[in-house]
Amino acid sequence: MSRKLLLANDHVEGIRRLDVYRKHGGYNALEKALKTMTPEQIVEEVKASGLRGRGGAGFPTGMKWSFLAKPEGVARYLVCNADESEPGTFKDRYLMERIPHALIEGMIASSFALGARTSYIYIRGEYFYVANILEEAIAEAYEAGLLGKNILNSGFDHDCYVQVGAGAYICGEETALLESLEGKRGNPRIKPPFPAIAGLYGCPTVVNNVETIAAVVPIIQMTGAEYAKIGVGKSTGTKLISASGHINKPGVYEIELGVPVEEFIYSDAYCGGIRNGKQLKAVVAGGSSVPILPAHLILKTASGEPRLMTYESLSDGGFATGTMLGSGGFIVMDEDTSIVKNLWNFSRFYHHESCGQCSPCREGTGWMEKILHNIVEGHGTPEDVELLWDIQGKIEGKTICPLGDAAAWPVASAIRHFKDEFMQYVTRPQSIKDVKHYYRVHQLAEA
Amino acid sequence: MSQIAFNEEALKTAQRIIARYPKGKEKSALIPLLHLAQAEFDGWLSPETMDYVASLLSIQSIEAYEVASFYSMFNLQPVGKCVLEVCRTSSCWLLGAEDVVRHIEKRLGIHVGETTADGMFTLKTVECLGSCGTAPMLQCGADYYENLTLEKVDNLIANLKQDGSRRTYPKPAPVKIES
Ligand SMILES: Cc1cc2nc3c(=O)[nH]c(=O)nc-3n(C[C@H](O)[C@H](O)[C@H](O)COP(=O)(O)O)c2cc1C
Ligand code: FES
Repeated sequence: MSRKLLLANDHVEGIRRLDVYRKHGGYNALEKALKTMTPEQIVEEVKASGLRGRGGAGFPTGMKWSFLAKPEGVARYLVCNADESEPGTFKDRYLMERIPHALIEGMIASSFALGARTSYIYIRGEYFYVANILEEAIAEAYEAGLLGKNILNSGFDHDCYVQVGAGAYICGEETALLESLEGKRGNPRIKPPFPAIAGLYGCPTVVNNVETIAAVVPIIQMTGAEYAKIGVGKSTGTKLISASGHINKPGVYEIELGVPVEEFIYSDAYCGGIRNGKQLKAVVAGGSSVPILPAHLILKTASGEPRLMTYESLSDGGFATGTMLGSGGFIVMDEDTSIVKNLWNFSRFYHHESCGQCSPCREGTGWMEKILHNIVEGHGTPEDVELLWDIQGKIEGKTICPLGDAAAWPVASAIRHFKDEFMQYVTRPQSIKDVKHYYRVHQLAEA
Repeated sequence: MSQIAFNEEALKTAQRIIARYPKGKEKSALIPLLHLAQAEFDGWLSPETMDYVASLLSIQSIEAYEVASFYSMFNLQPVGKCVLEVCRTSSCWLLGAEDVVRHIEKRLGIHVGETTADGMFTLKTVECLGSCGTAPMLQCGADYYENLTLEKVDNLIANLKQDGSRRTYPKPAPVKIES
């Protein structure tokens, strides 16, 4: 069984409350940080831990922190990215809802390390009830002297606020998030300048995912060196995986990085195998944006090695035969799933969520959705498949933010690995009506 | 003169929200205040409501319109008391979201995007709400209804009807003012 650092106490009764959280060692790390460490030492520990951003891109957190500009007399901000809108991802919700203080403690300790007097948690609007849970936790923390002036007599002052979004996937992109936090439309900014130089209100800002910030707590507690011993190679520590789709046990699992994918899918400690005794067809391993892989390539790399749940192993083979760990949104599809129909669903999502600033993304996502809809409805031609391939290639890398890439990769990978299925749709449209694709709700009730 | 104005309690909440941001950056309160206004004024944002919110922040009305129209949670048209928002994205769809949508359409006699004649229900489809492990799901007001079956949906509709009250996102909880 994997070691748990973030969710060790998720089932403890009342762990949402400050007193219970403290009884289980909560805020010890903050106390250690404020009383025995300098901000620089904390940054060094985070560097030593090898922690990588858990929001999707996997950028080394310690390095990001050390880029933060520190001009004299200018405010610095820590902003927590709790937008969590990548389809297939629901780990941050789980963590915040169950153990809100784990995030609050991480926010305070990280802010101390960064010299941020104020921090904001930007949470997607649909998580309104979770925002209220965080507000309650923050109020408790103020009352206990863990927020506000002179925290734990350390001389460190800090205020933390929750900001709700209002429904826009793009606001998970860090510069769109900052725009939204400033009260504007969520249009991503052109980089550079990076937020570390000019972020919120033009001030130096660090944006980190919920899970990244929460992971700072055990790192302070156990030291970076100890944290780095967990995992494989450059994939250190534990990771929350949101598992969904056609599996027996969907849910959020904290794994030590390095668990074999096969074990993750079939072991009763995790997904518990495919629903209704069906065969595995494909997996989207890191949220809807990452390339889809067919069963044989998700279980083993092209060179026949067992595929592991690590940043490196999942991307082994590049996009030709690999994928990405991404946000850890692990969507499993069984043998009855139509890859073409699922792709149409994804493409509709990206078209709906494109902010519209960049023409390749704004026009391309709509075009891909329409073509796929045509194909799904039985009106597609082989040329349409060629055209899809062409369009996705003209979006990737040609937009201000990576939403364009996120829209292109699912299309490219589906065509790369499931070309036959596309050809069936466009050459034998009469066979489409026999494709089952999704479970009927009454079947679920019986299962 | 705009007819619309927050009551005393809502105005206090609004002021507390505005106090979270540095001087000169009050515009950051726009999205939270639009949420508050939507909850206060029948679940949608009329031009008058947006003008009022803009006036509270001393910004141009167009700044409120352009933001309100960007985000999917803001309704720019009147909606029913209960907006049923069914997730239509991948994991939910793989597990029967389409059945849920069709079932509600039949039960309420409306299509996606429409409101029942009695003004009780509006049916919407939305993108992944972070509930994929408990698919299929729908949201109504702030509440998540997960692991749906058609029976559960019927039950929910009956209960909401009986209760009869408007389901809006809750007003933001009170926040701590700068220490
Ligand atoms: C379209 C798009 C959506 C994103 N959504 C999220 C999100 O919901 N949550 C998140 O933490 N990061 C998201 N990201 C990544 C952020 O831009 C950023 O890399 C991340 O918040 C940095 O934090 P980390 O280093 O701790 O991962 C998204 C990026 C893109 C391009
Ligand atoms: S796909 Fe429906 S909640 Fe994520």
